[in-house]
Amino acid sequence: MHELSICQALIEQIETIAQRHEASAAERIELRIGPLSGVEPHLLEQAFPIASAGTVAAGAELVINSLPVTVSCAGCGTTSSVLPNRLVCANCGDWHTTLVSGDELELYRVELLTGAPDDLSTGTAPERTTSGNVN
Amino acid sequence: MCDTCGCNVTPGNADLLKPGGKLSKTASGHESIGVLQGLLHANDHTAAHNREHFKRHGVLALNLMSSPGAGKTALLEATIDALKDELSMAVIEGDLETENDAARIRKHGVEAVQITTGSACHLDAHMVHDALHQLDLTALDIVFIENVGNLVCPASFDLGQRRNVTLLSVTEGDDKPAKYPVMFRASDLVLLSKSDLLPVLGDFSPDTARQHLQQLANPAPAYELSARSGDGMERWLHWLLHEISLLEHEAGALRPETGSAVSASSSSP
Repeated sequence: MHELSICQALIEQIETIAQRHEASAAERIELRIGPLSGVEPHLLEQAFPIASAGTVAAGAELVINSLPVTVSCAGCGTTSSVLPNRLVCANCGDWHTTLVSGDELELYRVELLTGAPDDLSTGTAPERTTSGNVN
Repeated sequence: MCDTCGCNVTPGNADLLKPGGKLSKTASGHESIGVLQGLLHANDHTAAHNREHFKRHGVLALNLMSSPGAGKTALLEATIDALKDELSMAVIEGDLETENDAARIRKHGVEAVQITTGSACHLDAHMVHDALHQLDLTALDIVFIENVGNLVCPASFDLGQRRNVTLLSVTEGDDKPAKYPVMFRASDLVLLSKSDLLPVLGDFSPDTARQHLQQLANPAPAYELSARSGDGMERWLHWLLHEISLLEHEAGALRPETGSAVSASSSSP
């Protein structure tokens, strides 16, 4: 249900980026989502056409990369792949683990259809911020 | 659909629906932009703003989450009655419809701001920000944010709270943390509410609930409590006072009467 809200936030971000790069459309949008973000990729896919209608992202291809849940064990130091509701170390069973990956909710990359090709530098530095916080 | 009927459009996110900039250029090239930005960037930005507000005023902000009917409002009523002589509290109430919960809180002499979300299944940082404008934070010690009853969606939206408190009523089943890992992983404290019903139910094991919580690598304590009978309330109240003393320590303004009183937050039966 909240996937539509998240999709609307995504569209807002795409529009900001498109404006900054003087783009007329977004052609491909790549997301990275972990199961512990609380967001269902297929619901996001369903919400996307609705949220993007009439925006610069309308008709864009939405690519969702689902990331695995991995934890690092404080006891034995192993990094293991685990289930979202069982975050104990797969090697020694200790529950004192920290999440390495699995709670991502990120806009990773966007491909834009831009205006005059000579007005954009090719070396645009990607904007880097920390990943989504799902607290 | 939602561009026309407005479903799920809240005052908080309405501006996200506005059409984008006027982009009139003829398309003639492609550009690939690396972004790596949280999808909830706008929400997180407002949440950080809220958190700063709370911090500046030394207010303990708690996000209360649970299924519908787990007893969040009843817990708040009992908490207010127990602490209103020593602490100044306010409540932000989130519900799809009605002012019922805010009215219940106000009867206990505490200010309550009701947010009705319409069809939205969670509170977001923008809604809380708007509600904060109706509260005088300088006069408050605690703001309880009672989220919409829902074990799924509220977990994805940072509101600017300091702690997440999740209620799991004993009528719901002790495997809820395994079924809703996102919310229970994010919990700083779990309250096993309606514990006065444990003897009648017979099939809810608080220890099993704790084991499921631990399997989420979450060290949060899980206290049994009943707002109705009062059993277990003391430990919850101690946790609150301890959190306030931590906040005061951090602000460099330790208040002696609460600062040394409690060390209950790490105890677990």
